[in-house]
Amino acid sequence: MLIVRRLATALPSVVGVIIVTFLLTRALPGDPAVYFAGPAATQQAIAQIRHLMGFDRSLPVQFLDYLRHLAHGDLGTSLTTGQPVLRELATRLPASAELTLSALLLSVGIAVPLGIAAALRPGSLIDHACRIITTAGVSLPTFFTGLLLIYVFYYLAGWAPAPLGRLDVYSTPPPHWSGFYLVDSLVAGDFDTFRAALGQLLLPAATMAIFSLAPLARITRASMLAALGSEFIRTARASGLARRRIVYGYALRNGLLPVITTLGMVFSFMLGANVLVEKVFAWPGIGSYAVEALIASDYAPVQGFVLVMALLHVALNLVIDLLYGLIDPRVRLEA
Amino acid sequence: MTIAAFAGIRRFDGTLRHIAYVLAENPVTGFAFAMFSVFVLLAVFGPSLAPYDPLASDTAQALTGPSAAHWFGTDQLGRDIFSRVVVATRLDLGIAVIAVALAFTAGTLLGLAAGYCGGWADRIIGRAVDTIMAFPLFVLAMGIVAALGNSVANIVYATAIINLPIYARLARAEANVRRSAGFIEAARLCGNGETRIVLTQLLPNILPLMMVQVSLTLGYAILNAAGLSFIGLGVRPPTAEWGIMVAEGASNIISGEWWVALFPGLVLMAAVFCFNLMGDGLRDIVDPLRRT
Repeated sequence: MLIVRRLATALPSVVGVIIVTFLLTRALPGDPAVYFAGPAATQQAIAQIRHLMGFDRSLPVQFLDYLRHLAHGDLGTSLTTGQPVLRELATRLPASAELTLSALLLSVGIAVPLGIAAALRPGSLIDHACRIITTAGVSLPTFFTGLLLIYVFYYLAGWAPAPLGRLDVYSTPPPHWSGFYLVDSLVAGDFDTFRAALGQLLLPAATMAIFSLAPLARITRASMLAALGSEFIRTARASGLARRRIVYGYALRNGLLPVITTLGMVFSFMLGANVLVEKVFAWPGIGSYAVEALIASDYAPVQGFVLVMALLHVALNLVIDLLYGLIDPRVRLEA
Repeated sequence: MTIAAFAGIRRFDGTLRHIAYVLAENPVTGFAFAMFSVFVLLAVFGPSLAPYDPLASDTAQALTGPSAAHWFGTDQLGRDIFSRVVVATRLDLGIAVIAVALAFTAGTLLGLAAGYCGGWADRIIGRAVDTIMAFPLFVLAMGIVAALGNSVANIVYATAIINLPIYARLARAEANVRRSAGFIEAARLCGNGETRIVLTQLLPNILPLMMVQVSLTLGYAILNAAGLSFIGLGVRPPTAEWGIMVAEGASNIISGEWWVALFPGLVLMAAVFCFNLMGDGLRDIVDPLRRT
């Protein structure tokens, strides 16, 4: 029941996203038909394309047409590669997803313990460290952090491999199973490839994690402070419960709720930062695909990319909502 | 009249003392304000302060490291990076300030309308704002610039649009709380029109909170605009701009010429850091309860 209600709340967002993407496709600079016809087109060819693509019909009719194409999974064709946009996005999505998810795990894995430690000892050294990291972290331009990491760990230290994609030239991609190289190489039992893929992944994932760490650590600290200061914790303490139990069993479970809400915002940041990080590390994901298309003035891939990213974002927020319901029983009761 | 003036002075004095207290409590805020004034000076006088022409190339001097003659070194065309960084301040801050001003004005007015009127205005504006927030914001900015055309003006519009929801939501929440407050009722009783009430009673009351947000979003706007030019949108070479300069230096990083990307990146970071610190400091002054 709860799931159905949540799905219903995501519906207006999906409708809004589709309308906005449709409007963006109609707002192409100049005449879209001239653009799609290419530079050497005659007047006749342009008129024909305008008719073919339906630009001579009214806006609502065009919108219905757009919906029909979407329903068939047709996001148009890339002019530079001649491939359907949807297929290209689908083949590149695992690379982006692997990068984003590893970065998310890394940043949650660092931010949450850091925030808890800072909240347990306010005013201590680790609290100050937490404050500095959170303020500095949000000020770092991701593309710049990425370059700094490359300089330090690739050029100076020589620890990291060349920042050119998901695998170095000596490795071959593992057989396709999930599209995640880390998972696929483990499934194939190929530990050399696993190590190579991990080496390539580490720096870009760290770059994204540094960026998303700040809001997570900040909110963890604040919400843990609030939870630890509340009356049920005082009661638990007075009842003589072990400190471990109080902190992790009682305070953390309550303190995590705002952290999960913040994840929604963090995803918005990360999906955007993804584009920049992929460009810096020549990562063959959907972000760098969109950037290449943008530079070549190839708009269908860009629009497909924006739509896919927005739908992903809506879906992720839906998952967060559902997760929230799992952790906080009160939400279920209200629903 | 004299009593009112006196009360005004006393209140002003109290505010000053409160600001002095906050600055003494947190010297970082003072530092942020000092840094901010440096950036403003650079933005205003930058072109006359730069020691070299930011566009003049000198291939004999290409890719030399930092030295007494070229503090930040030179890039692959032999242009002085220090001069380029200084001159770029005006463009980078300009884009961010105009975008935030647009977002602030439009967002505040929409939020006030939604929060004060309620009803269908609230529903439509709320839905529009939610739709913007449904997109990953940087991705939406990319899409807008791609659709409207690749120009600096469109970077400004895109940045304004993605910052608008913050203001609209904040103004809506604050207006909603105050719509039936005593001073609003009193103003209505005196025969003021609704528009007049919103602009002369409601707006001044929520303005301090909104100003805090301005400082915080300025940092985000700078990051966003620099990110867009980093991927090749908006500002075009050879224009000096921090994001594009980092992009130009990206290929040099791998071959060890770190200064080409480092200095513009550091200055960009410092600018964002300064606005974020200032925002935190301003919030402490305006709204001590929200301090974290």
